Amino acid sequence: MSIISDHIVVKGLIKIFGNHPDKARLLIEKGRNKDEVLRETGQTVAISNVNCTVKQGEIFVIMGLSGSGKSTILRCLNRLVEPTSGSIAIDGIDINSLKAKDLRRFRQEKTAMVFQQFALLPHRTVLNNTVYGLEVQGVARKDREEKALHTLELVGLKGWENKYPSQLSGGMKQRVGLARALVNEADILLMDEAFSALDPLIREEMQDELLSLQQKVHKTIVFITHDLNEALKLGDRIAFLRDGTLVQVGTPEEITTVPADDYVAKFVRGVDRSKVLLAGDVMKKPQPLITMRDGPSVALRIMKEHGISSVFVVDMDKHLQGIITVDSAVSARNNGITNLRDVALAQGPIVKENTTLQDTLGVIAECKLPMAVVDDENKLKGIIVRGSVLAALASDKGGETND
Amino acid sequence: MTKFPLAQIIDQGIKWLQTNFGSNLDSFSAAFTSGIGDMGHILSTTPWWLILLLFTVLAWRVGGWKLALGTAAGLFFIYNLKLWPSFLDTLILVIISALVSMIIGVPLGILGARNDRFHWIISPVLDFMQTMPSFVYLIPALLFFGIGKVPAVFATVIFAMPPAIRLTDLGIRQVPEDLVEVGEAFGSNPAQLLWKIQLPVALPTIMAGINQTMMLSLSMVVIAAMIGAGGLGAGVLEAIGQLKIGMGFEYGVAVVIMAIILDRLSQGIGRSFKTDVKNKE
Repeated sequence: MSIISDHIVVKGLIKIFGNHPDKARLLIEKGRNKDEVLRETGQTVAISNVNCTVKQGEIFVIMGLSGSGKSTILRCLNRLVEPTSGSIAIDGIDINSLKAKDLRRFRQEKTAMVFQQFALLPHRTVLNNTVYGLEVQGVARKDREEKALHTLELVGLKGWENKYPSQLSGGMKQRVGLARALVNEADILLMDEAFSALDPLIREEMQDELLSLQQKVHKTIVFITHDLNEALKLGDRIAFLRDGTLVQVGTPEEITTVPADDYVAKFVRGVDRSKVLLAGDVMKKPQPLITMRDGPSVALRIMKEHGISSVFVVDMDKHLQGIITVDSAVSARNNGITNLRDVALAQGPIVKENTTLQDTLGVIAECKLPMAVVDDENKLKGIIVRGSVLAALASDKGGETND
Repeated sequence: MTKFPLAQIIDQGIKWLQTNFGSNLDSFSAAFTSGIGDMGHILSTTPWWLILLLFTVLAWRVGGWKLALGTAAGLFFIYNLKLWPSFLDTLILVIISALVSMIIGVPLGILGARNDRFHWIISPVLDFMQTMPSFVYLIPALLFFGIGKVPAVFATVIFAMPPAIRLTDLGIRQVPEDLVEVGEAFGSNPAQLLWKIQLPVALPTIMAGINQTMMLSLSMVVIAAMIGAGGLGAGVLEAIGQLKIGMGFEYGVAVVIMAIILDRLSQGIGRSFKTDVKNKE
């Protein structure tokens, strides 16, 4: 495995459509925007001076409206579109310097692409569509079909191998598109609005499936979309593109809470924050805490000091043990119990740090006890009470504090 | 005002070709004629009912029982009219002309689709070839190859080839952009792109071109009877010369039957490619 963490490095990428790209490029370098360049030179700037880095194994979403140049950037990454200037390094190799033959090999081995309109070959069966990349590479029929069958099973199309694309629904077609891309075992998946042509329900299903597939395959995925919710759901990081310029690159949380400018802010205003914010984002510090060595009277004193009716109990390594409430502490003290080990602790709801708020809402609404947020080892990281959830959802947007 | 000497220029050009390549053309013509003769011999010694049966089976495969029935009835009628030998003569010329047109035309169409400059050069040439009255081709064909079947094929090919070129070119250009991108994104070389994506996807359009080429071949082969092509056209010509209306009609009906059969068959073949793509279970 490669240990390079920066998988794709894009520097100063410019793409101009027109007959005199050089003139336009000079203007861009002087800092003119797209409209000014078009007015002065008649050249269309698709991408102006984009710099970004995609890390190994992340889902990097490029988000923008139509005409923002997002598809062009994607196509520069495998040189379906030749950049006007700038460099793109993938695994440290400058792909703009590749000659035709090396470029073909690079495309065969390093990248695989999934298309918006599926782009399945109508004259080939599902199986023969899936093997296309391997066939081009000259892999023997038996091997490539074996691999393809395995991949089709992975995307849930077992038994459909011999159907033709016209016999499939949209969602299934895109599964074939996905299988065709995965079977190549390329490190990088380029997904061009891969789910945009699907019905909303199917789209969500495919998004979930992509995320669970990614858990298994750990590809570097560059995903293009115009749908902010999709970007927020899939992206480890999101690049916001406007008129060929990167406006902001950040995690979904950064984008929604600290938008770089009004354009991004306008976009994220309508976002359902419960889908973006994670339990870890809204939890409070787990204080106060008591340990198993303490007795009921300590618990009661702490509750009184903080004006609360229950308190979390942990062991010495902060592993969550449970919650003790005022009532149980009082009755324990009255029964002469001096150590919490002998008290039956209440068990409140527990969530992981990376659970979305949306998924915690139902639990919180139904339970009177505060919610514990733990890491993978069941160590208490924080607590969530109803008030903090409401506050997080209500705060209009964090970006306003920047203004 | 002096007349522009277009006719003289063309005449001299033809003369130049004749003097420089005449002997080559003659030997080519002889070889070609004997080739056609061999094929004709094979067909004419094949029993008529076997040929009828082969056509009927083919029709049944590509178009179902209705087409098979129509084909059998049509061919039997031609046999009944005692026009079978003429029919075979015409059939051979049509098949050869259509084959030659395809063999030359499809690659030219591919070239036109891949190379814009070639496309722009060949488009007006094709317009010219198609709109020029077809009789005009008979004259140079006659001068190059004399009288007989070879000049008939030559003139027919020139007249019938344009649709094969045009529709191949068009079909490949109409292959959806994203399918071509699939080919490129997965690292196909140009030959793989052509054979695995462009040609198969363009096939229905290419087949439509071949159907048209076949039809134009038939119409030209009949006209080419004027330079000794023989076949059904010769009968029509004779009927005109002798003002035999009934005889002319018989030959004419045979041509019509043949045209319908060839049209439906080649359309059926084209469609069977398409249904292979769309509905194969």
